[in-house]
Amino acid sequence: MYGLGMVRGMGVTFKNLVLPSRQFAVQYPNRKISLLELARENDTNAISFAVNNPIQAIKALTGFAEVPVRLDQHSRFRGEEFAWYEQRCTGCASCAKFCPLGIIKIVTDTSGKYEQDGGKYDIEVFDIDIGRCMFCGLCVQACPYDALHMGSGFEEGVYSRNDLVIDIERLKAAPKKPSTWYRPQIESQNFDPQSGDTREYLDVGRHERPSQDQQVDRWANR
Amino acid sequence: MSFDQLYNLLDRFVPESIDWIVFTVTALILSLAVINAMVLCTALYTWFERRMLGRFQSRIGPNRWGPFGLLQPIADVIKLLVKEDVIPVVADKAVFTLAPVVLLVPALVVFIVIPFGEQSFLGKLNVGVLFILGVTGVNTLAIIMGGWASRNKYALFGAMRGAAMLISYEVPMALSLIGVIILAGSISLADIVSSQGIFYILVQPLAFLVFMAAASAEMSRAPFDMIESESELGAGYHTEYSGIKYAIFQLAEFMAPLVTAAVATVVFLGGTKGIDPIPGQVWFLLKAFSVVFVLLWVRATWPRLRVDQIMGFAWKGLFPLSVINFFVVAVEMFALQEPDGTVTNQSMMIMVGINWVVMVVSIVVIATVLGQGKLQHKLPPQPSSLANMAASEGD
Repeated sequence: MYGLGMVRGMGVTFKNLVLPSRQFAVQYPNRKISLLELARENDTNAISFAVNNPIQAIKALTGFAEVPVRLDQHSRFRGEEFAWYEQRCTGCASCAKFCPLGIIKIVTDTSGKYEQDGGKYDIEVFDIDIGRCMFCGLCVQACPYDALHMGSGFEEGVYSRNDLVIDIERLKAAPKKPSTWYRPQIESQNFDPQSGDTREYLDVGRHERPSQDQQVDRWANR
Repeated sequence: MSFDQLYNLLDRFVPESIDWIVFTVTALILSLAVINAMVLCTALYTWFERRMLGRFQSRIGPNRWGPFGLLQPIADVIKLLVKEDVIPVVADKAVFTLAPVVLLVPALVVFIVIPFGEQSFLGKLNVGVLFILGVTGVNTLAIIMGGWASRNKYALFGAMRGAAMLISYEVPMALSLIGVIILAGSISLADIVSSQGIFYILVQPLAFLVFMAAASAEMSRAPFDMIESESELGAGYHTEYSGIKYAIFQLAEFMAPLVTAAVATVVFLGGTKGIDPIPGQVWFLLKAFSVVFVLLWVRATWPRLRVDQIMGFAWKGLFPLSVINFFVVAVEMFALQEPDGTVTNQSMMIMVGINWVVMVVSIVVIATVLGQGKLQHKLPPQPSSLANMAASEGD
């Protein structure tokens, strides 16, 4: 009959109203938490929780209690705050050449005072303008020494466009939590950047770092 | 506390010669109380509506500001009050400014005649139903004023659609109330309440359904929110409004469900009648709340109708249904009424039986007829001449 579908639709919305399983919205970054849930998170029942921490219980009952929420994200998530290892970087600027937007700026020291240590330039400027970055990851693919990795964070909001330019000091100070995107050697170690641990420069390369003897053999004794 | 009680209380302290001052002061006190209570109720209702809509649609709704988001209406009002109040250069300034007030006042004025207790506590009007129908008809004018004065084509579209729709839906609404008036033998709301031995929602279910459909069109809520259909018209007649004027429009719009719920409670749900230990005002609030809930449920579920569907629904669906109800009740009254024009509860039970059968049969018949019409006029899909170029080249 004309109109029965409308009645069925009202049944659907009523199920949304009463069934808790239909409430799947994620509240990010903070979630309002009820007393029962709060007690369950602390492995007690609601009454003993309310007796032990009455202020938290009152906050939860009046709807003021909040807990932080982290979103699930894959370890290959390509985020902001690039993980850059200055010990691995030779200043070859492959990343800058491959960047389709040209937003990486590298200036190296050409005085040659480090040349006897293995021909490595000193890097003076390494700017990445992530305000224009599209996170394609070509810079990471291009890096021959696995010095540059995508980051894993995304909560990098700032109030000014100029603050979006990551300079070398911020790159050095950034937490070394590389995304495992295009880095199978980190992924095979079951590294998860969301777990909170970091990776040192010795662990992130595709190759073993040559020992001092090998380097002497390769460069000084040839 | 009714008007008379307050008037007599104040009258004791002043001499006879300045009674008119007492009268004015009493009226001011009561109207101030009622208006403020209504505005507060509406603010709370916006919170309730948004929370419930969220739950109905598997969302959460406002929950950030205050416990469970309860302070959200206050935040909204502060935001609207401090926004710039823009009047377009080409607008008709006087009409533009007057339109929100003209929309708000009828919603408030209806509460004069609603009997919250034994009597309505603001004014004793023995033509309550006529008063409500007349006063709520004014919102057509307000919408036309807002749309016309804005000098904006979307606002004018919304206003013209609104005028067509509101005037059409006045007819089934008034006709569905006529059935109640025949049965009660009075057009005073207090008499209608006291005559309900059995609630009229049971005696005249058809009238109730027609009234609710027509009323939700009258207040232009979903599924009848053609006036401000956001996907087509921006915001309809209040496209150009901002700041406090927009706030007043929103206030009037959100007050309308409360007004409708109060009227439906009085006319169909027995007003303050209930089981004894709980006072009548509580019963009134419970009934009004359930009506509001059903309105919300409908709003959360059904999509918006097209313009032609809305007009067809009024004239081909609701109008015949209300006429059927009106005739059936008239015939029943002719057969069953006592010599003094009243109806006993036994006669009403007979009416309940007949009217439920009539409701089911007439709704099925009209729905089938309308549905058949839809099926017959359905054209087979015509592919675009451009879409199948390869196929047409083949033959």
